[in-house]
Amino acid sequence: MAIDRIFKDEASEEKGERARMASFVGAMAIADLVKTTLGPKGMDKILQSTGRGHEVTVTNDGATILKSLHIDNPAAKVLVDISKVQDDEVGDGTTSVVVLAGELLREAEKLVASKIHPMTIIAGFRMAAECARNALVEKVVDNKEDAEKFRSDLMNIARTTLSSKILSQDKEHFAKLAVDAVMRLKGSTNLESVQIIKKPGGSLIDSFLDEGFILDKKIGIGQPKRIENAKILVANTAMDTDKVKIYGARVRVDSMAKVAEIEGAEKEKMKEKVNKIIGHGINCFVNRQLIYNFPEELFADAGILAIEHADFDGIERLALVTGGEIASTFDNPESVKLGHCDLIEEIMIGEDKLIKFSGVAMGQACTIVLRGASHHVLDEAERSLHDALCVLSQTVNDSRVLLGGGWPEMVMAKEVDALARKTPGKKSLAMEAFSRALLAIPTTIADNAGLDSAELISQLRAEHQNEGCTTGIDVISGSVGDMAERGICEAFKVKQAVLLSATEAAEMILRVDEIITCAPRRREDRM
Amino acid sequence: MALAFDDYGRPYIILKEQESKNRLRGLDAQKANISAGKSVARILRTSLGPKGMDKMLQSPDGDVIISNDGATILEQMDVDNQIAKLMVELSRSQDYEIGDGTTGVVVLAGSLLEQAERLLERGIHPIRIAEGYEMASRIAVENLERIANKFEFGETILEPLIQTCMTTLSSKIVNRCKRSLAEIAVKAVLAVADLERKDVNLDLIKVEGKVGGKLEDTELIYGIVVDKDMSHPQMPKQIEDAKIAILTCPFEPPKPKTKHKVDIDTVEKFQTLRKQEQKYFDDMVQQCKDVGATLVICQWGFDDEANHLLMHRNLPAVRWVGGVELELIAIATGGRIVPRFQELTPEKLGKAGIVREKAFGTTKDRMLYIEHCANSRAVTIFIRGGNKMIIEETKRSIHDALCVARNLIRNNSIVYGGGSAEISCSIAVEAAADRYPGVEQYAIRAFGDALESIPMALAENSGLQPIETLSAVKSQQIKDNNPHFGIDCNDVGTNDMREQNVFETLIGKQQQILLATQVVKMILKIDDVISPSEY
Repeated sequence: MAIDRIFKDEASEEKGERARMASFVGAMAIADLVKTTLGPKGMDKILQSTGRGHEVTVTNDGATILKSLHIDNPAAKVLVDISKVQDDEVGDGTTSVVVLAGELLREAEKLVASKIHPMTIIAGFRMAAECARNALVEKVVDNKEDAEKFRSDLMNIARTTLSSKILSQDKEHFAKLAVDAVMRLKGSTNLESVQIIKKPGGSLIDSFLDEGFILDKKIGIGQPKRIENAKILVANTAMDTDKVKIYGARVRVDSMAKVAEIEGAEKEKMKEKVNKIIGHGINCFVNRQLIYNFPEELFADAGILAIEHADFDGIERLALVTGGEIASTFDNPESVKLGHCDLIEEIMIGEDKLIKFSGVAMGQACTIVLRGASHHVLDEAERSLHDALCVLSQTVNDSRVLLGGGWPEMVMAKEVDALARKTPGKKSLAMEAFSRALLAIPTTIADNAGLDSAELISQLRAEHQNEGCTTGIDVISGSVGDMAERGICEAFKVKQAVLLSATEAAEMILRVDEIITCAPRRREDRM
Repeated sequence: MALAFDDYGRPYIILKEQESKNRLRGLDAQKANISAGKSVARILRTSLGPKGMDKMLQSPDGDVIISNDGATILEQMDVDNQIAKLMVELSRSQDYEIGDGTTGVVVLAGSLLEQAERLLERGIHPIRIAEGYEMASRIAVENLERIANKFEFGETILEPLIQTCMTTLSSKIVNRCKRSLAEIAVKAVLAVADLERKDVNLDLIKVEGKVGGKLEDTELIYGIVVDKDMSHPQMPKQIEDAKIAILTCPFEPPKPKTKHKVDIDTVEKFQTLRKQEQKYFDDMVQQCKDVGATLVICQWGFDDEANHLLMHRNLPAVRWVGGVELELIAIATGGRIVPRFQELTPEKLGKAGIVREKAFGTTKDRMLYIEHCANSRAVTIFIRGGNKMIIEETKRSIHDALCVARNLIRNNSIVYGGGSAEISCSIAVEAAADRYPGVEQYAIRAFGDALESIPMALAENSGLQPIETLSAVKSQQIKDNNPHFGIDCNDVGTNDMREQNVFETLIGKQQQILLATQVVKMILKIDDVISPSEY
């Protein structure tokens, strides 16, 4: 019959149970994929790109793994999306959010199989999520007032975050780096002012935080290599041939002599510009665009350090740290704000020469130089450090802190269980399922560490019946231990985001009862 | 089929290449059309009501959309069948006209077609069915008017409006915070509404979304939010009592439209040109400064030099602002859009109490808030949510809610929801049917049955026994002569929709019935489908 086809040729439609199965399976497959990277003993994944060169990335970061996957299952895409958002918003917990959403769906699948309507499950999940959040809010510790304690909180968070990454060997060192860097930001979440420079060579422990600012550029030839008490002009201007910008202007001459004249005028113009710049009374000039040989020479003659082709971020950061403004016109030298720093010098890291600005006016920005054996290590180190910096900067703003090591999950699970027992109706089944899904996170952490998860979780559960219990899983010693003593902390904001986005995603997938896939767009035939 | 032959015994060719074309005629054509229409309606049926399920749609480019909104689902469905396309159009026109009830209209049309099929089998002529439907729809619309209630609202009495918006939102994924979203929608509509003329220009409400945060963080901003940042990183991030120059000319050297060339052949010319150019930039900035602007918003880009000059003169600026946003800013701040620097005058500047840049999350996303504007007639609803799909779906839901609120301002009649209006109409139509002599009587009765499909689908989706619930409610309506009984979808314990505060707009419902009847009539009148063969 003609009516069987209301869709286009290659479009497909899946209904009811089949649709639900397809999305459950897809979502759980994704969750299982990243599950093994969870926790301090989680394993890494190798990703090989399909692009030219088949570049290899080794990573433990959930968001990075999921971003690189080519996924066809629509439900799986939802999970990839939440992990990406988690990364943008809080920076860490990208794996946990996917694992939790996957576990929620796994539990939901069982409920659906026992003929409970998805809407009932959703209602239960929502109540459970709300209850779990409240349980967390009650248990948070806020040490904002006490600077000393707050710093130790930050250190703990940084250590906990880093312990699941490649940097875990030197977590003490990096935790300190990250905390120092974030403390300098003074509450701003703008991580742009923390610059991370990667230089292969040396070992991870050689990485350091530089108070000043390091620019990965070379100093022009014949110019001073070291300037004390520098006055810096940061600029964004063309220093090649300064074109006439009026539209349609072009040079049309009838003899070689005229060409030479105009060339001379051009040179004169450039010289004038350089003189104007020099007229600012500076001894260092940093430009975003190229500086050609001719002006460079002029600068060298004037004894000015000229740095060309600093990228956009570099310029902005430099302007930020030195307190100068980014200039593009040079007619009013008296009112342009110049940047200052005590010392500019060329330094060597490994084999590369870099320019270091130290003793800058504004202490906000800083540079972290990462050293490591290979590019893969450095890339992964950067990602890990980025996670830590994100979490820390968010914590500075929202200073509520929780214990780690599966402790928050146990607290939430306990509360949700209690709520389920009080709730009449089928919703309570969904709540129980929710608490089981929460427990899956400590279980996975224990499993990944090769521990007897069932034993540990049951011990933990018994411990948590006591009021004010602070026990969690200590993966290092492989037993249940006091998290407060071991200083394992997590930021409240991260946990809350994990909880809420995972529930939201699970809810969204549960509500679907039909999947309609359109025919893939035909690519233009170029053959 | 009798073939006509010409003098040489060849048949006349009426349709070109008739053999290669598919042709369906008579009853077969009608049946095929009906079943195509029905299968579209079947897809949407499960999305109806507060417990309706969502559909996941994968677009040709692989993007995933999760939606509960009938119009969106159908639009994304990539339908090939002609009749199915008609249904898509149907839902779209409901969306344009009313903005809500896009699922209901398709479900209703589907069940009208289903009833028609049965009548066709009995041998009733399609035109008679169509006429019967037409009569019945008139009865139903009249009945709706009879049972409709008017309610008064004003600047202070928002409750009824909010309740109606909540009814709309409760079927969407955002129903977790439907109360706050409904409030936002109502406040937004009232802020831009012209209560005198009873009209609302929804263009004045900008719906902007940003991934991150949670749904509860969604807020209404009396002003404009622009997804842009200051052109120079060192410009001030906050400006109080801003005077805004809204420009559509770039801070760049002029580009006359006529083709021209400026030939440089002497050194003098070169130098004058250069001076000219520098002066030009200087003039542009100076002109803005002279009129007293403290913020420049420009549709085009800035030259580096101009950018620095602006920064230098302490004149913050925003570049690359889209045309629509520019207009909104102009409306909100009471400024004029100025196409040329020469035409800048102090009166043409817009005014805003505060303009600030706000950063989000760990990435360097920044947005510009323009608030406390001179004319608060333009507002922005700023949606936050866990992921892109939620935001998109929230945008659609908010759009529905805004439309509902607008419809109420236009016409403040409401009917009660939860299928109660449909049941009441069905009773009225069936009572009227008996008085019609002729074959149409059957069609009218069928129309009444078809109306019941909406409460039936509601009950089904809510996990109730559909037939049992429907018959109970129906008898209750007749017994108490009270048209407010509907399906208790949320398990509240009462099925008086007045108590549950479930309202829908009168015009929305009327439009649903009229549009659905029209499309069904059209489909019924088709008796020949000629489609070209596959090529």
